[in-house]
Amino acid sequence: MNEEEIKQIVFQLLKKIAPDTEPSTLKPDENIRETLNIDSFDSLQFIVALNEKTGIEIPEEDYGKIATLQALTAYIKNKKP
Amino acid sequence: MIEFQMPNLGADMEAGTLIEWKKKPGDTVQRGDIIAEVETQKGLIEIEVFDEGTIGELLIQEGTKVPVGTIMALIHPSAAAMETKKGKATSEKPIALQPIEEKTTVLSIKASPLARRIAAENHLDLSQVKGTGENGVITKDDVDLALTTQKEQLPKVEKFPPDDAKTLAQIEAVRTAIAAAMSKSNREIPHYYLEKKLDMAKATDWLIAKNKEKSVQERLLPVVLLIKATARALTDFPELNAVWQNGLQLKNEIHIGFVVSLRNGGIIVPAIHNANIKSLDEIMAALNDIIPRARALKLRSSELSDATITVTNIGDGGADMIFGVIYPPQVAIIGFGNISEQPFAEKGMLGIRTSIFVTLAGDHRATDGLTGSRFLVALNNHLQNPEAL
Repeated sequence: MNEEEIKQIVFQLLKKIAPDTEPSTLKPDENIRETLNIDSFDSLQFIVALNEKTGIEIPEEDYGKIATLQALTAYIKNKKP
Repeated sequence: MIEFQMPNLGADMEAGTLIEWKKKPGDTVQRGDIIAEVETQKGLIEIEVFDEGTIGELLIQEGTKVPVGTIMALIHPSAAAMETKKGKATSEKPIALQPIEEKTTVLSIKASPLARRIAAENHLDLSQVKGTGENGVITKDDVDLALTTQKEQLPKVEKFPPDDAKTLAQIEAVRTAIAAAMSKSNREIPHYYLEKKLDMAKATDWLIAKNKEKSVQERLLPVVLLIKATARALTDFPELNAVWQNGLQLKNEIHIGFVVSLRNGGIIVPAIHNANIKSLDEIMAALNDIIPRARALKLRSSELSDATITVTNIGDGGADMIFGVIYPPQVAIIGFGNISEQPFAEKGMLGIRTSIFVTLAGDHRATDGLTGSRFLVALNNHLQNPEAL
């Protein structure tokens, strides 16, 4: 997957979880959860949805590695080159 | 004959609008069946029946707003239901059947239930819609057409698009409901407050290990442990799992009202039924079910009216402590703050531990601080043995 494809999937899944927000306006280094006001329940829903969409299973210890859009995109790209 | 009434779905509810009957005369119903959909301040609620029998007569027409307690339908009890009802006093005063809003125009209009619902959701006056169905019945297509026309006629520069207008109305309704319940609480309930810092190291370590064995879909959130530990501790303190209605009335079952924040502001508190006998996986499944429905304002009547105590959880990254306001007629609310690292002194040693601050707000008419304090100690003991939860 290229970066653009990854971003589109991420935006689509985030939009489903936080429909009142505009994920595509996220800056690369902004904290996704803080900016979009996503709680731990929604955060888990996102990780489940990402797993169902891409097959990537993000272990709990990696949650800290996917806090920003830049980090998340890099993480997914690394798992799905 | 069983009288089916407009249920009270919380201290803040005065009336509800019947949107659609889900059963018709002659249908048999069992406990838990959805009999109707009612629009309340907390959204479109599926109303369940609590008796077994056959629907006799539907007394209220769709589209009518009636006060809580209004008899809406008559149900012929089944033989089994008759047995259990025997001997029960039936001295309750019948409640006047009186719509609180003038709905005569709506009632004389023929429209399909779906058309009525869409119209109600969009605040469309059905008397202004021309019906093209059989005998002039207004159909969904007629309502859709009217709504499209209405949209086109609206000025192009709108402050909010129609969807947002609906959301704003819902936010306002939820806000009004919260205001009513919380004002009543602060007016009537003498609150006392307790706080305790709990060591969460064992519980979080256990949870991390457990989640490693699970698929992403089955992962548990820490709040599941908090809910279960609360429910377990309550079994030893029944006076906190109760309501204050003409004195203290203990509840046999433990239904935890779980505070869900709505994305656009406001809260809804659906009940997790029998949380003390649910496994951790079952509690997580209950959260997966009710949180999205609560946020969409689509709950069942039992979920809104059954809670026997409330749990509010700030979640990670938020405030360390929350001192709740009791939801009447309940007599206690438990508040969990953000799980964080805290200095922790134990046996003369100082260390850093994953911790959580738990608070209890209790109704002083019902219990005293000592009971609340003992409850928090019991809650802590359960969290120190997560494998037994």
